This record gives sequence, C-alpha cells and structure tokens, in this order.
Amino acid sequence: MKLNKTIIALAISAAFLSACSDTDEKDASLTDGSLNANSGINDASTNGLNKGYGMNGSTMNGDYASTLGPEFNDPNNPLSKRTIYFMLDSSEVMPDFVTVISAHSQYLIANPSQHITLEGNGDERGSREYNIALGEQRAKSVASMMKARGVSENQLNVVSYGEEKPAVLGNNEAAWEKNRRVEVAYQPR
Amino acid sequence: MSFFNKFLFLVAFSLSATNSHAALTIEISEGVSSTLPVAVVPFSSTGASVNISAIVNADLERCGYFKMMAEQAMPSKPNTASAVNFNEWQSASQNYLVIGQLADAGNGQYNVQFQLFDVYKSGQLLGYRMTSSAADLRKTAHHISDLIFEKLTGKKGVFSGRIAYITTTNPGSKQQSQQLQIADADGFNPQTIASSVEPLMSPSWSPDGKRMAYVSFERKSAAIYVQTLATGERLRVAEFPGINGAPAWSPDGTRLALTLSKDGSPDIFILNLSTHSLTKLTRSFAIDTEPSWSPDGNSIVFTSDRGGKPQIYIVSSQGGDEKRLTFSGSYNARASFSPDGRNLVMVHGNGNDYRIAIMDMSNKSINVLTSGRSDESPSFAPNGSMILYASKKGGTGFLSAVSIDGKIQQKLVFNSGEVREPSWGP
Repeated sequence: MKLNKTIIALAISAAFLSACSDTDEKDASLTDGSLNANSGINDASTNGLNKGYGMNGSTMNGDYASTLGPEFNDPNNPLSKRTIYFMLDSSEVMPDFVTVISAHSQYLIANPSQHITLEGNGDERGSREYNIALGEQRAKSVASMMKARGVSENQLNVVSYGEEKPAVLGNNEAAWEKNRRVEVAYQPR
Repeated sequence: MSFFNKFLFLVAFSLSATNSHAALTIEISEGVSSTLPVAVVPFSSTGASVNISAIVNADLERCGYFKMMAEQAMPSKPNTASAVNFNEWQSASQNYLVIGQLADAGNGQYNVQFQLFDVYKSGQLLGYRMTSSAADLRKTAHHISDLIFEKLTGKKGVFSGRIAYITTTNPGSKQQSQQLQIADADGFNPQTIASSVEPLMSPSWSPDGKRMAYVSFERKSAAIYVQTLATGERLRVAEFPGINGAPAWSPDGTRLALTLSKDGSPDIFILNLSTHSLTKLTRSFAIDTEPSWSPDGNSIVFTSDRGGKPQIYIVSSQGGDEKRLTFSGSYNARASFSPDGRNLVMVHGNGNDYRIAIMDMSNKSINVLTSGRSDESPSFAPNGSMILYASKKGGTGFLSAVSIDGKIQQKLVFNSGEVREPSWGP
C-alpha cells in the first residue's frame, strides 16, 4: 500500500528545476570558456617560456661560469664551488662555506660588471610558501656576507625557489641536504 | 579503533568516449565501519555515452559513508518504482535503493530521473526528474550523488565541486613542465589552465569559483596572477622585488591577502583588487607568510617564525595586535579555517614528520589526522567534512583526503606525474 504511494510520488521540485537550469547555463559557459582558456593561456605561457627556455637554471649559468676562466673549473679553487648548503630550517651560513663566499666576493669586486643571482632553495619538508621564505633568507644571508666583503649591491640579485627546484629527487636526508642550498649563478655579461 | 575498521579497495573508473584523458583512481584506505548498505541499480539508458548510475555508485562508494552493493549481487534490476519488490532488497540487507532512467530527448538532450527508497520503510525518500545536455551528464550524475548524500547524511555533498592542483610532467628531464589543472572532484575532465617550465605555486580559488589566483615564476622571478577561468584572461597583480607569494582571497572576493618581501623580510599585505591599493598588515623582522582569512573576513591567520620556529598567528584583517595561536609542536604552518570557522587545519611537524592536523579554535587543542612523513597543503572541502592534502611516498607526490575526525581516508592516485598543492573549490 505504501508502495502505491511511492509510485505516484515522483516529486518534481520547481525550485530544483530552476536551480538546475542556472547550473546548466553556468556549466555550459565554463566548458566553452575553459577550452578558450586553455589555448589562451598556453599561448601566453609558451611565449613567455620560449623566450627564457634554455637560459634558466644551473646548467646554462653553470656553463657560463665555467667559461669565465680556468679557476672556475679547478676543483682546488673555491670558485669552482658554486653551491652553499644549509642545515634544516636554518639560513645561517656554516663555517665550511665562508671560503667559497669570500672567493666569489673577491672575484665580483675585481669584476664590477659581473652580476650574479643567488638562488635560494629548500628541502621538500614543511609547507611550500614557508620554504619560499626560508630559501630567500638563505640567499639573503649569502648576499649580506658578500656585501660585508665589499661586493656592490648592484651586482647581486636574489631569488627563492623554495622546494620547487630540487637539485636531487628523493625523500631521504641524503637528498634533502643537497636541496637545502643557495646556488651562485653567474649571469652572462 | 573500535569505531572503524580498515579496508582497502580500488575504484577504477572506466573511460567513456568523450573523456579520454583519465585523471585518477581513488583508494579508500580507511572508512567508517557503520557504513550504510546502498544499492544503486544500473539505470536504464538509451544511447548515452555516460553511465550515470556507475558515476553515482562510485561517488557514494568513494565518500566512505556507504557500502555499495555489487551489481552481480542484486536480486533484480528495476528501473521503475512499480517494479521494486522491497522484500527482496530487505532480504539482501540493503537499507537504501536507488533506481533511475536516462532517455534520449533529442537535440543532444537527455531526460534523467531517479528515485531513492528507504527499503525497510518501503517508501520513497527522494525523486527527481531533470534535463541534461550530453556534455553535462557527468555533472548531472554528481548532482544526483549530492542529493542522495545530503538526504542520507544530512550534510551537503561535495561531488559537484572541483579541485585545482599543480602537476609536473616529465619530472627530472629537460622537458619537465608544470601545469596548473582543474578537474572534477572525482578527477575527471582535467583541464590545464596554466603551463610553464618554471615553477607554478599556490593556486587559490575565488569564493565564487570563477577566478584563480596563483604564483608563477615564468618571468624568472615570482609574480601573482589572477585568471578568469571562463575566458583564460589573466592579470599580473603583484610583481615586486623578492617574494610575491601565498595569495588568499577575502571571503567577499574583493581583496587578496599575500606575502611580499619588498621591504626586507616577508610580510603579509592586503591588495584591493579593484583599487589596487596595497596595505601592509604585519611588520615583523621575521618570516610572516601563508595568510588565510576567517570565513567572516574579520581575521587573518598566518605562519611566522618570529618566535624562532614557524607557528600560527592571528591578526585582525584591519591590522592590530598579532596573537600566537599554536603552542604544541615545533612546526605549525599553512593554516586555514574550516568553512564554519570553528577549526583551523595546518601542517604540523615534530622535526621529523610533517602531518595534517586540525585545531579546535575554542580550546586550541590539536588533533593530528594523518600519518605520512611529508603531508602538506591541506584544503577544506566546501562542506567542511573532508580535508584534501598532498602527500609523498617513494618520491612521488599524490593527493589524499581525510575526514575531519580522521576516520575516513582516501588516496587519489593520478595516472602520471607528480601531483601537489590541491585546492578544493566550489
């Protein structure tokens, strides 16, 4: 007997139908628009990216530094070392790296038209935006040591990639300690 | 542990012709033991490429509240109420029954109808008839799931929502690139809205779901963009020297809280999107970042290491005294409010593991919800029932979801590439 009631009780809610058609309109525009968005954005980024493609990162800049002189490729010369490593959640430069920072500082003082970018990075642990801030602190620590040694502020550019550009992929301390770093990237003159 | 048992199964989605790029599979790794038995009988269907009842079944299965009946075990497959024999569904120990029909109405339109029955009361709980275009059939299916979920649990469903996330293709190679994508809540229909070989970060939905703010390094340094999803049009709203990060929409959609380090240390600023005026909110010499608004717009929580370690602080969105909120754990970061404003979700670390924790704003007690080593980027579902977050295992990033009581856990496994920074949108 209840069953009979249920058979005729297929409720059609007017409120729902109107709400639904709103949704449908919205959905349709989004679907169409999103396709446009795809092409629009891909074009925009592709343009921006093509300009920069191949010019970024440590490979190209590394190559550039190695063209500056034999001292940049001599493993016994501190100029060959262009990565400064850090402890967990710290932006304090460890004593081991003072020689490296001093060597680059002297080179920059002697070559005032040379510019570098100090790229701050972190390991993957913790939150990503906090790691951006931590990476910047690390790069700024190195920058202030260089300035204290007489390098002009105009020669120094600082950028932080946080955990977005790991040097090594992996979820262990061996990878993490290689990713908590500042890279000294010589810019083409 | 007595409240729930652990079970594991895979819901593998088969692809329809129109959705050839599959996104993910979802594993429910933990669910409540008091799951309600529900049978979704395959809908009768003429000529549709989308299997609506399979989508509804998968939605309900995935949410962790229901035990779905396998099709092979069904005593019959009625499509009309008159064909339903409640006795046989009672014998099959099913509490609820869903039946329906999908009929081609011509011109690319379909008539969809479904009914939800309480098997033991032999009565109808819900019945709807709706029209859907062929392109919207998946959305219609998720809408049906929302209606059923709300009727059976009293909570709003989130199956119609969308998620944004960042994915890396060809990680570690020269062709590596990053995509900001938006997909349905079940991972279908992924669409790339921005792509770059340089990092993309911190996607944030506008409250109306129409725009997305994010950080892009495509110009070699960080800038914040606001992109209109429907048109792809975008504006670069912040590109100051140093950090331009962590955009967060005000609840009324008129302002962005963000992090800038143009004055030295990273501080929280508020950018008015119509007047472009910029107001500095915090002034510490330490790191202040990751702002997030309270639902009433009156307060902003943020991460600061002014006390030595990162902890969560709160400040009025008008500025003023900044008060520390978290005291337990050596690392608390990236907090955001639940939609009802009663809880904060955050990344909680003890120096070794970084997990997702929830803090009750009334008594400041912290409850750790996850057990990964590197869990991050928590984001509340619009109904406040689940938290989506990023996790890592074996070097691969994937997305997970956990209920706010920690009892239901889902793992969202994407078919390729690393996936991170999920954001659950309206």
